[in-house]
Order: sequence, then C-alpha cells, then structure tokens
Amino acid sequence: MNKKKITSGKVVYTILKYAVVLLLTISMLVPFIWMVSASFKTNLEIFTFPIKWIPEVFHFENYTNVWERSNYPVLFFNTVKLTVIITVLQLVTSTMAAYAFSKIKFPERDKLFLLYLATLMVPYQVVMIPQFSIIREMGLVNSHWSLILIQAFSPMGVFLIKQFFDGIPDELIEAARIDGLGDWGIYSKIMLPLSKSAMITSAILTITSTWNDFLAPLIYLSDPDLYTIQLGLRNLTSQYTTEYGQIMAASVISVIPILVIYCIFQNFFQEGLVSGAVKG
Amino acid sequence: MENMSMKEKSYKHKTSAAIVRRNRRHAYLFMAPNFIGFFVFTLIPVIMAIVYSFTNYDGNNTMDFVGLKNYINLFHDSDFTIALTNTIIYTIGTVPFVIILSLLVSVLMNNGVKGAPVYRAIMLFPHIASIIAVTVVWQFMYAKEGPINAMLHAIGVENPPVWLSNQKTALLAVMIMIIWKGIGYYMIVYLAGLKGIPTDQYEAAELDGANAWNKLIHVTIPNLRPVTFYATVMCIINSFQVFTPIYVMTGGGPGRATSVLVMQIYQDSFVNYQFGYASAEAMILFLMILIVTLIQFYHNKRVAA
Repeated sequence: MNKKKITSGKVVYTILKYAVVLLLTISMLVPFIWMVSASFKTNLEIFTFPIKWIPEVFHFENYTNVWERSNYPVLFFNTVKLTVIITVLQLVTSTMAAYAFSKIKFPERDKLFLLYLATLMVPYQVVMIPQFSIIREMGLVNSHWSLILIQAFSPMGVFLIKQFFDGIPDELIEAARIDGLGDWGIYSKIMLPLSKSAMITSAILTITSTWNDFLAPLIYLSDPDLYTIQLGLRNLTSQYTTEYGQIMAASVISVIPILVIYCIFQNFFQEGLVSGAVKG
Repeated sequence: MENMSMKEKSYKHKTSAAIVRRNRRHAYLFMAPNFIGFFVFTLIPVIMAIVYSFTNYDGNNTMDFVGLKNYINLFHDSDFTIALTNTIIYTIGTVPFVIILSLLVSVLMNNGVKGAPVYRAIMLFPHIASIIAVTVVWQFMYAKEGPINAMLHAIGVENPPVWLSNQKTALLAVMIMIIWKGIGYYMIVYLAGLKGIPTDQYEAAELDGANAWNKLIHVTIPNLRPVTFYATVMCIINSFQVFTPIYVMTGGGPGRATSVLVMQIYQDSFVNYQFGYASAEAMILFLMILIVTLIQFYHNKRVAA
C-alpha cells in the first residue's frame, strides 16, 4: 500500500518535472522559431492566425533585399572587424596584466588587484559621459577607434584569466626560471600555451558582448557607414517600420553568428558565465 | 662566526630588495598596456563624473560649479522621479520571478531529466542572442494583431490589450520579455551552485524519510542561500541599468510609462546635452548600485566570519 503510494507520487512528480522543463524550453524557443518563420513570409502571412510555422512559399527575397538594399554587408564587416580587434587587444592586455597579478611577487600586489576589481562595480552609465568628453578631445568620435579604446581594457578579462593562472603551480614557474627563462619567456612560452581554455572562455565573453553591444555604438557612431549590425538593425526597424519580413530577416542575420559560435563552444560559454558569476 | 652570519644576512637582504625592485618593474611593465587604457577610459572618467555632477556643464563651453543644485533639482523634476519610480517597479516586478523560476527549473533539471544538456543549451539562447533582435521579435509578437493577442483571443480573451501602446501594459510587456530572457542565465548560475551541495546531506534526509519536497525545503534551498543571495544582487543591479530593450521597444513611452533611469540619463546627456545634470542622475544610479553591492559585501563577510 505504502510503497504504491510513493511510486504514484513519484510518477506525478516526474510528469510535472518534465512538463515544467519542456514548457519553459519551448517558451524559450518559440520566439526564435517565430522569427525565422516570419523572415520567410510576406507581411500579410506574418500576422495570420493560427500561425503557419512553415510558410507555404519561402520568400528568400526578404534576405536578399536586406542584404542588397540596406548596407548590411558593410555593417556586418564593421561588426566583425570591431569584434576581432577588441577581442584580440583585450586578450593580450588582460593576459599580461593577469600574469603580473598572479605570478610576479611584489608587496602591493593584492591590494592593487582588489582596488582594480572594485572598479567593476562602477556601471558603464556613470562613466559614459566623461568618457565621451575624453574621446571627443581625442577627435575620435564617429570612428571605430572610440569603441576599440573604451572596450579593449577590461578588468573582467583580467579577473577571469588571473583566476586560471592562479591554478597553475608556482613550482612550474620556478623550474622555468632556473632553466633561464625570464618573465616574458614564462608568460609567452608557459602560461599562454597552458591557458588556451581560459583564453577561449574569455574571448567568447568578449565576442558576445562586443557583437551585441548597442549603447556605446549608439553614443559614438553617427555615420551609417560606420554602424555596427545592432545599430543598423535598430535603424532598419525605425525606418522601414512596415517591412516586417525584411526586419525579421535582418534580425536572423544579426543573431546567427553568435548562435553558431555558441553551438560550437557551448561548454566554454557556460563555464564563462559561471566563472564570471563567482566574483561576488 | 657572527661576522659571517651578519654578512650573509645583509647579502640576503640586498638580493631580496633587488628582487622586489626587479619584480615590481616587470609587473608594472606587464600591467601597463591594460592599466594605461583602464586609467584613461575608466578611472579618470569616474572622477570626472563626480566633478561634472556638481556643475552645469553643457558638454560644450559652460562649466560652472553649482554646488548641490543638480541633486536638489533632480527630486523636483518629474521626468527623473517618474524614471526612478519606473526603475524600482521594473526591478521589483522582474527580479523575484527570474530568481524563483530559474531556481525551480535548475532544481528540476538537476533531478535527472533526460536531455537536460539540450534543454539547458536552448534556455540560454535568449541570454546570448542580441537584445536588439530579441526585442524586435517581441515587439512584433506584442503587436495589436500579433501572435500573442491572437492566442489570447483564441482562449477567450475578448479585448486583449494593445500591449506597447497602452500606458498600463507597456512596462509589464517589457518586464515579461526580460523575465523570459533572464531565466537561462540564472539557471546556469544555480546549476553550478547545485553541484556544490554534498550528496550525503540528501542521503541523510532520505534516511529520515524525506520526500522530494522535504529535501528541497530542508536541504537544497538552505544550501543554495549564498547563490540565491548573489543571483538576486546581480539581478537587481542589472535591472537598475536596463536601457536597450526599453529604448528599442517603447522609447520610454507611451507618455513616460516606461521611462527608466538610464533612459533618462541618456536623454539628458546625449540628446539634451546637459552633461552636469545627467551626471548627477548617473550618480544616483551609482549610489543605488553601491548600496546593493555593500549589502552583499557585508553579508558575505558575516557569513564567512
């Protein structure tokens, strides 16, 4: 009797468990499926109900129109360029700083690091106004340099890499020193090759945030030829408010690169999100 | 003998001082590329922001000290007070739902769900996809004749709201989207926390005859308290800083129904060019974040002690 009661309770629990998980998963997916499906439809079809998930005729011209009419190829190129430059610069500067914080001993090191980390608390919105004045003084407003300079030096990257470096045993460094390697040699020949996974994790976080950034490009870029894809997409939606299919096609294009990277490097993503989270 | 050791000592002392000097030189060289950029584009701006907030700087020529005038004016400025109120409503209306739902789903996923990695990956989609694309899609879904209203109509709702152009529903609509977008990320944080709970606690509870519910209440949730605390703090801070979805979806409207703090800071700085006044608004945001962060800091200290 008793045993049966427990098992029936378990069955109910299992059903509920799957129901909740599946419902949430589907609700996460549906807007994306709707987006892809709408990107192949005409305006009229998009708002018919019940929703036809698979359009009768695939209107690929939504994509070709976006690609040809708006300057999407230029936007795409700009965004790739910015993402690559910022990510590489950030990796170089943050691995170097992390090496100093993790493997070179000097008296004020830990205090300095704490002070440095404390600035993570300051939100971008506080810094953005004076930052704009500085960039304007340098004459770099409305150029890609503005975005590169303000995003290439992040305490977050240093923090992530330092955590990983801390896990590499000091004995290894000492042994290398005895073999005659200097700090630069240890950094470039030992630390970097050992830290590929941490570097990929950090790079992926930077790639995602740079690709998806909106506020900074909005502030700094006014020439449409310099726009990033996010800015361009926003512009498209406010200019061609009624070209629903094309707007959806443009949205799909803007999401795909990051989703591809996400699917390939999924584990790194999740690791990065969590290691970013332990900082508390 | 004594002489020897004295000599040895001073020699040792000398080398360690030399090593410190050398290390310090190397360390600062390694930090220089990051530090110079950080110094110019983050540290100096922080200080400048504080200074700006006490001036009437218009982003151009005028820059006189006005004392506390900006701060006093803020609280007589309905644009600001409404934005502040909306930010707080938005925070209260999103954070608990994000936290509870992500806790719930992570506990379920941790309890033996077939295909969990796939579900987990999908639930992170909204967090990773660009906020612009996501917002644009939701904007269409919220349209008068859009799929959400069509669905509501199908289940018998006579007059579904025109979500984004109705003062009463616009903020709610944004909040629903943000909850949807946030769950995946906090689920990942919780899943990492769940891994850290020792299994013997569950075994002990089972010996005492605990069912799944008892285990959740008496083992899982208490053990997750630090994670919950951290996640809540992060979620609150992020809510204080919301901008892009609102800028794209409603532009702060209709009227001022969805105007939030950062929206107002953006307007006053880069549209109205009131750098001084906008900096004072930014300082209020900073203060709010600082308070929440300090609460977390002292909480952690107390727990650790």
